Amino acid sequence: MAPPAQSQKSASPSQPSGKGEVSDVKMQLRQLAGSRSPGTDDAKRELFKKVISYMTIGIDVSSVFSEMVMCSATSDIVLKKMCYLYVGNYAKYNPDLALLTINFLQRDCKDEDPMIRGLALRSLCSLRVANLVEYLVGPLGTGLKDGNSYVRMVAAVGVLKLYHISASTCMDADFPAMLKHLMLNDKDAQVVANCLTSLQEIWGLEASASEEAARERETLLSKPVIYYFLNRIKEFSEWAQCIVLELVAKYVPSDSNEIFDVMNLLEDRLQHANGAVVLATIKMFLQLTLSMTDVHQQVYERIKAPLLTLVSSGSPEQSYAVLSHLHLLVMRAPFIFSSDYKHFYCQYNEPFYVKKLKLEMLTAVANESNTYDIVTELCEYAANVDIPMARESIRAVGKIALQQYDVNAIVDRLLQFLEMEKEHVTAETLVLVKDLLRKYPQWSHDCIAVVGNISSKNVQEPKAKAALIWMLGEYAQDMQDAPYILESLIENWDEEHSAEVRLHLLTAIMKCFLRRPPETQKALGAALAAGLADFHQDVHDRALFYYRLLKYNVTVAERVVDPPKQAVSVFADTQSSEIKDRIFDEFNSLSVVYQKPSYMFTDKEHRGPFAFSEELGNLSIDTELADNVVPAQRVEANDKDLLLSTSEKEDNHGASNNSSAYNAPSYDGSRMVGASQAQQDLVSLDQPPPANVPVSLAIDDLLGLGLPVVPSPAPSPPALKLNAKAVLDPNSFQQKWRQLPLAASQEISMNPQGVSALSSPQVLLRHMQGHSIHCIASGGQAPNFKFFFFAQKEDEPSTYLVECVINSSTCKAQLKIKADDQSTSQAFSALFESALSKFGLP
Amino acid sequence: MISQFFVLSQRGDNIVFRDYRGDIQKGSAEIFFRKVKFWKEDGKEEAPPVFNLDGVNYIHVKVVGLLFVATTRNNLPPSLVLELLQRVARVIKDYLGVLNEDSLRKNFVLVYELLDEVIDFGYVQSTSTEVLKSYIFNEPIVVDAGRLPSLGPAALFMQGNKRMPGTAVTKSVVAQETGGTKREEIFVDVIEKISVTFSSSGYILTSEIDGTIQMKSYLSGNPEIRVALNDDLTIGRGGRSIYDYSGSSGSGAVILDDCNFHESVHLDSFDVDRTLSLVPPDGEFPVMNYRITQEFKPPFRINNLVEESEHFKAEVILKIRAEFPSSVTANTIVIEMPLPTYTTRVNFELEPGAVGQRTDFKESNKRLEWSLKKIVGESEHTLRVKLTFPQELHGNITKEAGPVSMTFTIPMYNPSGLQVKYLQIAKKTKTYNPYRWVRYVTQANSYVARI
Repeated sequence: MAPPAQSQKSASPSQPSGKGEVSDVKMQLRQLAGSRSPGTDDAKRELFKKVISYMTIGIDVSSVFSEMVMCSATSDIVLKKMCYLYVGNYAKYNPDLALLTINFLQRDCKDEDPMIRGLALRSLCSLRVANLVEYLVGPLGTGLKDGNSYVRMVAAVGVLKLYHISASTCMDADFPAMLKHLMLNDKDAQVVANCLTSLQEIWGLEASASEEAARERETLLSKPVIYYFLNRIKEFSEWAQCIVLELVAKYVPSDSNEIFDVMNLLEDRLQHANGAVVLATIKMFLQLTLSMTDVHQQVYERIKAPLLTLVSSGSPEQSYAVLSHLHLLVMRAPFIFSSDYKHFYCQYNEPFYVKKLKLEMLTAVANESNTYDIVTELCEYAANVDIPMARESIRAVGKIALQQYDVNAIVDRLLQFLEMEKEHVTAETLVLVKDLLRKYPQWSHDCIAVVGNISSKNVQEPKAKAALIWMLGEYAQDMQDAPYILESLIENWDEEHSAEVRLHLLTAIMKCFLRRPPETQKALGAALAAGLADFHQDVHDRALFYYRLLKYNVTVAERVVDPPKQAVSVFADTQSSEIKDRIFDEFNSLSVVYQKPSYMFTDKEHRGPFAFSEELGNLSIDTELADNVVPAQRVEANDKDLLLSTSEKEDNHGASNNSSAYNAPSYDGSRMVGASQAQQDLVSLDQPPPANVPVSLAIDDLLGLGLPVVPSPAPSPPALKLNAKAVLDPNSFQQKWRQLPLAASQEISMNPQGVSALSSPQVLLRHMQGHSIHCIASGGQAPNFKFFFFAQKEDEPSTYLVECVINSSTCKAQLKIKADDQSTSQAFSALFESALSKFGLP
Repeated sequence: MISQFFVLSQRGDNIVFRDYRGDIQKGSAEIFFRKVKFWKEDGKEEAPPVFNLDGVNYIHVKVVGLLFVATTRNNLPPSLVLELLQRVARVIKDYLGVLNEDSLRKNFVLVYELLDEVIDFGYVQSTSTEVLKSYIFNEPIVVDAGRLPSLGPAALFMQGNKRMPGTAVTKSVVAQETGGTKREEIFVDVIEKISVTFSSSGYILTSEIDGTIQMKSYLSGNPEIRVALNDDLTIGRGGRSIYDYSGSSGSGAVILDDCNFHESVHLDSFDVDRTLSLVPPDGEFPVMNYRITQEFKPPFRINNLVEESEHFKAEVILKIRAEFPSSVTANTIVIEMPLPTYTTRVNFELEPGAVGQRTDFKESNKRLEWSLKKIVGESEHTLRVKLTFPQELHGNITKEAGPVSMTFTIPMYNPSGLQVKYLQIAKKTKTYNPYRWVRYVTQANSYVARI
């Protein structure tokens, strides 16, 4: 039955005149409410449609609430659905009126037709009114046991809705247990999937408050549950498969055979046309093989083709999301993709954000054999009429040159750019030539000849101008005209708006003077005078500094301003390897597209119920500090064994890391801990060795914390000696934490004095470090503080991990201990306990 | 899980707006639209499909000029949400027959009904037209297809710069046709998007075919179907580098680099006789996506010559040669080329007797545009363009112009040679003989000649 043609009017919601129309509708609804004449339903449909179209465009139609409810007494399912939609939208803001709907919704929940039962239950749970939850419990309980799978499906999600309205009602009715039962027994795969998603969310949110929920959350990752899902994987819809795959990615199989079994079972998921399924499978493969370097690399080879297929099928938006993931993998393991570089060539009609990713990939995969092709292609883009693209391409060429491949040819190309006489091209190229010369001074001869021909009048961008001026100063002796060009620039000092350029001008004229004094003296005088009169603080100070330096002693000035320089070997990377590893851990999420770990753009409660890693991320105060302290000096090598780690290449490799089976995407721990110690040294002058407690406490007092002093640490049980300089990086910690079983779990009481000092967690960290127990992450707010500690045996790389939750109002600490060597876990537990209980003791 | 789903028109009006979780403010659609519209001050750069504003993630796709948007506070898999948005659009299209602003506005109640079943509390329940059918009670109000531009048997309607082609089938999968009977038919479309880059000397730098075998079934009772492809089809290019052209051409074999399949496809006998068997669900879906980098004969050769003729003038000669058989005709061909920014005047000279050709100089972005209604196979067309500049030329004019890019559609032709050898439908009765349509079409994705 097709609706009457008059629908035209209501269907195109041109802005109605406002209240008049709403009250008009209200009146008509009232007239229809009692009517039983034939055709009433059709008339109602038209009116309901009108109401919903107003609602959609944002007109408040809550005033017709009671009329809508009155009209809802109907057997027309289309009408019912519209009414449910309306009620769900407005109930939250009209709780009193919502009560009116309870009656008919409850009645519909008992309807013969399972469709109506399901719809009514869904609407009932969507009311979002806290004082109506009592009416939900009954229908939900019945719904979960309904004979029809549609109703059970709705009920499983309904439990979650109830939880969000009133968690206590949901828990008290024991719904999670019923969901768990359904999840493990229901015949219908979608019911099972809905139970899983609801339970994940509920237990995830409950876990911080309830020990039991935390345990239940762990059970979802237990072998029987995981295998149950894996065995049914083909029954699930493609979307439910994604959820199961996400879950499996967090599972830690007991041995490599199990890993291979799981991977073989899911291998064909890589051929799925739905990109979401493929990426979830890839994530799982990557996670499972983290500890197996060779297999991990094979996984990269295996997923390459499916990823490339996904990039080129589907909408541009979808290919962008996939390309972002490919980008991440290429950046981690460029050598695996070096023969696929042609896939990263840009197409002329692609949006800029796609081209940018591709340029970065082209830069990363460049090696001896493909650099010629890649640079040739990039040069085409550089000549492009699209200016942002041209700029990015030139930068990419420069980056490849800095990676040391085929520098000779690249320098030639860059110099050709300068001959193109396009302003933006010249500007970008000058900046690059400057960087190149800092790294390869041996090319100065060729470059200078070309740069010398550029008229400074054609260079306007501050960065480019600064680069040109730097070269004029640095190579003053090779460039005939250098003093005169600089002089003319100084004459126009007042027109130079960029302080950066003026600063460079001062330095360049100094260098020029030191090399060619007679020709430059006059210009130098003018520059210093202009600098001293400059309104910009830095420019003024630099001019004054040079002036005094020259007055003091010219030889000294030369040693300060223009000493012989060493070539820069590596330019610092912008993103720390720790951040990169964390993004990799969050593979198949928005983090990859944003190129930021989730804690940088999401509130904690939205980071997903299962993300231990994210919890760590949020808490990691120490590691953040460490990263700020150490400049990421990284050497981009291209060795195959670097696949798993963006940072293993650093030379100060922590020896204790090597034997651990799961140190996979290993971030170099020694560097980090070294840094955090350096950081502490800033505060406490000379920290550990462990016997040195009085010093650190004296410092604590200096900081005004008023802590009572502990005379000496208690003698630790001789059975277990801990390494005072233990090293562990956050990723290994996470891996281990997932992998190891719980060795001990207990609650201990703490000294109230110590607890009261917890407002600054650093105090506890230092105290524990005095006992050779190191903190890897900490966080929280009163009254709940959470700490993750680790310790290692003195003589072997056997590690203990501790999660410690301190409640400052009850002065209790909850401990969870995991250990590589289970046999000594009791000894360690005792040691930890004794250390913690001494915290704050006089 | 997602928080909200909405569809905005080109002007930013809410056509449908569904809030699933209530944890994001109601004004999110306006916030989103303003951000997308003014992404960068100059308006030239497009907003990426995924961005974060004040802790809210906005994820969108453009379909037929409409914005399909999901918001979430969670760190979800982006491909899941983007795929979902595309699927929602496809399901709506299956129901309405035609997806555009008009049909959405007329059927928004039906769309709400669909949205309620597709997503519950932010979690995807089902996007299968087949499964959803039993939950949906609204009848679609069919938009008069006659008001749409006429579509040839295999024409593809290109919406904006969308790469995803739709088929010409604009029939709803649920609506009854006049007379009450449904016509038993099935469409199988082999759609190939090709990307070719020619160097300035005419040699092929890169080439790729991205293909889809798309199916749309109107068969009642869901019979099983077997689709047979070329016997000599091989998948994976072995240990060879994928750009190693030697030895692969001439043999006639179709070599796919990689492919993927719809979940309904059974591959039991695929390895033996290259047949796919499936029970097609209702609605339109890709049976198989594939990718080919094997060398193929590009359908068009583009020759261009740019010459400085006098001090203030230059001449551009564009020559297009169709390399496909004369029985095939390409349509809606557009050739574009950026000219030097300082170009002041452009004079076009079409070949004598040219029909259905149009030329234009876009002053705003200094591009020349040459469009041809159709090009018959094995023919050749030339355009001469005279450029005038205000001052004497400096530098090389070829660095200031180009590349030449081309878009086209070629029905009943596919460069890969992949074929549907036969389409077998399990017979219910002896007289059961539904219509089967197997159609081929080739489209330019990125077809570029450098100068």
